[in-house]
Amino acid sequence: MGEITLTIEGQEITVDEGMTVLDAAERAGIYIPTLCYHPDLAPYGACRLCIVEIEKMRGLPTACTTPATDGMVVQTKTPQLQEFRRGILELMLSEHPHPCLTCWRRERCGPYDICLRNVDVTQRCVTCPNNGICELQDVVDYIGIDHVDLPYTSRELPIDRENPFFERDYNLCILCGRCVRVCQEVRGVGAIAFTSRGSESLPGTAFGHPLRDSDCKYCGACVDVCPTGALIERHRKYKGIPDSKVATTCHYCGVGCQLELELKDGRIMEVIPLRDNDVNRGQACVKGRFSIAEVVHHPDRLTTPLIKKNGSFEEATWDEALELVASKLSSFNKDEIVVISSAKCTNEDNYVMQKFARAGLGHNNVDHCARL
Amino acid sequence: MAGLVTTLGSGAMTNSIRDISNAACILAIGTNTTEAHPVIALEMKKAVNKGGKLIVANTREIDLVRDATIWLRHRPGTDVTLLMGMARVIVDEGLADTTFVDERCENFEEFKESLKAFDLATVEGITGVPAEKIVEAARTYATNSPAAIFYAMGITQHTHGTDNVIATANLAMLTGNMGKPSAGVNPLRGQNNVQGACDLGALPNVYPGYQAVADSAIKDKFERAWDAFLSDKPGLTVTEMFDGAYEGSIKAMYIMGENPPLSEPNANHAIEALKRLDFLVVQDIFMSETAELADVVLPAASFAEKDGTYTNTERRVQRVRKALEPVGETRPDWLITCQIAQKMGIKGFEFESPSEIMEEIASLTPTYGGITYDRLEQGGLQWPCPTEEHPGTPILHVGIFSRGKGHFVPLEYKPSAELPDEEYPLLLTTGRNLFHWHTGTMTRRVGGLDDLLGEGWVDISPSDAEKLGIAHGDRVRITSRRGSVHARANVTEVSDEGIVYMNMHFAESAVNVLTNPALDPVAKIPEFKVSAVKIAKSDDD
Ligand code: SF4
Ligand code: SF4
Ligand code: FES
Repeated sequence: MGEITLTIEGQEITVDEGMTVLDAAERAGIYIPTLCYHPDLAPYGACRLCIVEIEKMRGLPTACTTPATDGMVVQTKTPQLQEFRRGILELMLSEHPHPCLTCWRRERCGPYDICLRNVDVTQRCVTCPNNGICELQDVVDYIGIDHVDLPYTSRELPIDRENPFFERDYNLCILCGRCVRVCQEVRGVGAIAFTSRGSESLPGTAFGHPLRDSDCKYCGACVDVCPTGALIERHRKYKGIPDSKVATTCHYCGVGCQLELELKDGRIMEVIPLRDNDVNRGQACVKGRFSIAEVVHHPDRLTTPLIKKNGSFEEATWDEALELVASKLSSFNKDEIVVISSAKCTNEDNYVMQKFARAGLGHNNVDHCARL
Repeated sequence: MAGLVTTLGSGAMTNSIRDISNAACILAIGTNTTEAHPVIALEMKKAVNKGGKLIVANTREIDLVRDATIWLRHRPGTDVTLLMGMARVIVDEGLADTTFVDERCENFEEFKESLKAFDLATVEGITGVPAEKIVEAARTYATNSPAAIFYAMGITQHTHGTDNVIATANLAMLTGNMGKPSAGVNPLRGQNNVQGACDLGALPNVYPGYQAVADSAIKDKFERAWDAFLSDKPGLTVTEMFDGAYEGSIKAMYIMGENPPLSEPNANHAIEALKRLDFLVVQDIFMSETAELADVVLPAASFAEKDGTYTNTERRVQRVRKALEPVGETRPDWLITCQIAQKMGIKGFEFESPSEIMEEIASLTPTYGGITYDRLEQGGLQWPCPTEEHPGTPILHVGIFSRGKGHFVPLEYKPSAELPDEEYPLLLTTGRNLFHWHTGTMTRRVGGLDDLLGEGWVDISPSDAEKLGIAHGDRVRITSRRGSVHARANVTEVSDEGIVYMNMHFAESAVNVLTNPALDPVAKIPEFKVSAVKIAKSDDD
């Protein structure tokens, strides 16, 4: 594939042919606001926030759908563009609660602070589960909106809490269609589509049936792509921004999805499938996406060594337990001892275990349970 | 994986997840990919969306069938016959890649001879798949290149599992689908680190890196490195260990992170064997059914509380990173084992960190020779990765097979060890469900997952259900020669007539109480996928 050179915001950049103007800008570190665009989905061109001005091109093409060509000269932030974007956003915000979005104090308000402007809780960003990680906030901040002339009309939809893992509050939906597209395009499921609800078309299951009765696999892909708080994992609600993030490998199946554990106050708050790898590229399944925190923090976790005395377990210290195991094992003929290693444990765990059998017990009686 | 070692010289997925979506044809046999490996199923669907053909060979109408170009509904246990039937069509119609066969393979004539027994009429008779479909599948697979084969435990968990695996490799070699992108033979591993456990020598016959314990040069190398006297006699397999415990020759067992009563065939026998031990140590994160029977239970740190690596199904070594402090008194598994060893006065267990263990692994395991924690910070590495400069190996057998020439193996049809008869008229096959994992020690504790699927069901076809007077949702008793369990009846067309299906995750409906412990003679994998049962409506409900 050939290379082309174009100019964005006065900056010359060389990219591979076939890239869009948006890709090229991103490559050059130039921000263009987007909402319906998602890197894992086919270009959609619906929200029109990514409009740009391109010399010798009529109108305001959308950067996410326009292929970059050689010699193009692109402007991304002219007053005209910002004005158009403001118009688009205002329309969007007439259906999305916005008092906090347009308030200068947003970043300094906590969920328990009293609002100086008497805004309804259901309309406040600070009480939205998505506060702080919201793409709509980012876009509003970039374009700069301090008031919305159109009145806000709430859709007054009940929040759907019927499935065990995530909540669906379509009062916050901005109709970007990412959820519908990821479910169809990437997951191949098509559990949700745009369906009409009253005067409007909103994402939902066929006939508004519960997700449980749809083909939904609870993969969470829709939650991951939703730019607003419309789709949100139940357990991460109101937890805000994580303290830290740790990349790791899922502990369930042999695919080895790369995941990021988001941590808050010493607990796993949410698990996000990582995009930048050759294994799962942003996807996971219900187990990796939604069940890890509950398993790791489960009250049934064994927390202390146990020694069985007269048929029931008693808590013991490590010293007692290790001493007992070592002396008991030493009391048998080595050929009478076998070890079973595990396909669930790490390579290092397995290495040490087989070395224990071979170097320690002098035989090869080591195996694991998953003979595939 | 013995089958792949015989034919190709290496027993792992030959290709990579990344290139699945570019396959022109995918043959998925013995894998319910959408349920057991959902993220790989996404790549398969991508291939279909790009115009690739998908052949699904499965007795059940699994999800993947919806995307399939051709669905072969063969009887469980007849995979060899089906694949040999396809091979014969390919040879007879001149669709084989003769250049590849001549240049890169051996023993073709013997293989060809063995195809004689697989004329279409015979194959149709044994598999139950109409002859035209077999021909169509053979042509589709042979003429759409690159073509990739995927299989999982539906292929391996049979008394002739090794033959099944060999049959897939024969087919791939016959069509030149080896050593190139988006092709190959790809076993999908069930658990997160089956590949790694095998790679690192948690097997009775090999040291880490599949170095044979019986090879004296290898033994010397490890004796020197470990400063210990080692045995050149292959050890006992899990099943043999349980037999030993049952009979009394094995007196003590140290089990790390496994729950054999649910994962072993003939669970009743496994539980009795554990009870007969003089001393049982179990190391786990939860009180599993196995831990209940232990004399000492050692609490292990979860994967989120320790550092380490897993090796995924495409041979990619990837980091597990410590995100949290271990809960309570728990410790990482490697550390616990090292501490026991040290208390017993065994040398060579002074490791201070997993990366130090990896250094020792790399120094003794040629396939892992170039793997270090530093390099893994840049992303996973696929073995073989012999040196620090080596980029890793996304595709095996490029240009030359690991064993030199690809070895065609003649095969014959061997019926499953136990087939339905008058007393036990139904064929039971087992598998996994999306919402749970393995024996359920972890996922059964997750409220949301248990809410979505909270009990064991048995899938039964509408016609069988009608014959037995069973309605959807009825509680039924399933009985085999080895025991009986309860479950709820799921009357569904997904199950073919005469075939019932259960998941493996539920202790209350422990399917492995029923299954046949008969082993594949080479791979020593039990026949989980075929056993004979009878079903009756249960009164106690
Ligand atoms: S629910 Fe979220 S992802 Fe779906 S259309 Fe609305 S805003 Fe977009
Ligand atoms: S959870 Fe997955 S399957 Fe369910 S609606 Fe969202 S994307 Fe679709
Ligand atoms: S991001 Fe380009 S049109 Fe929405």
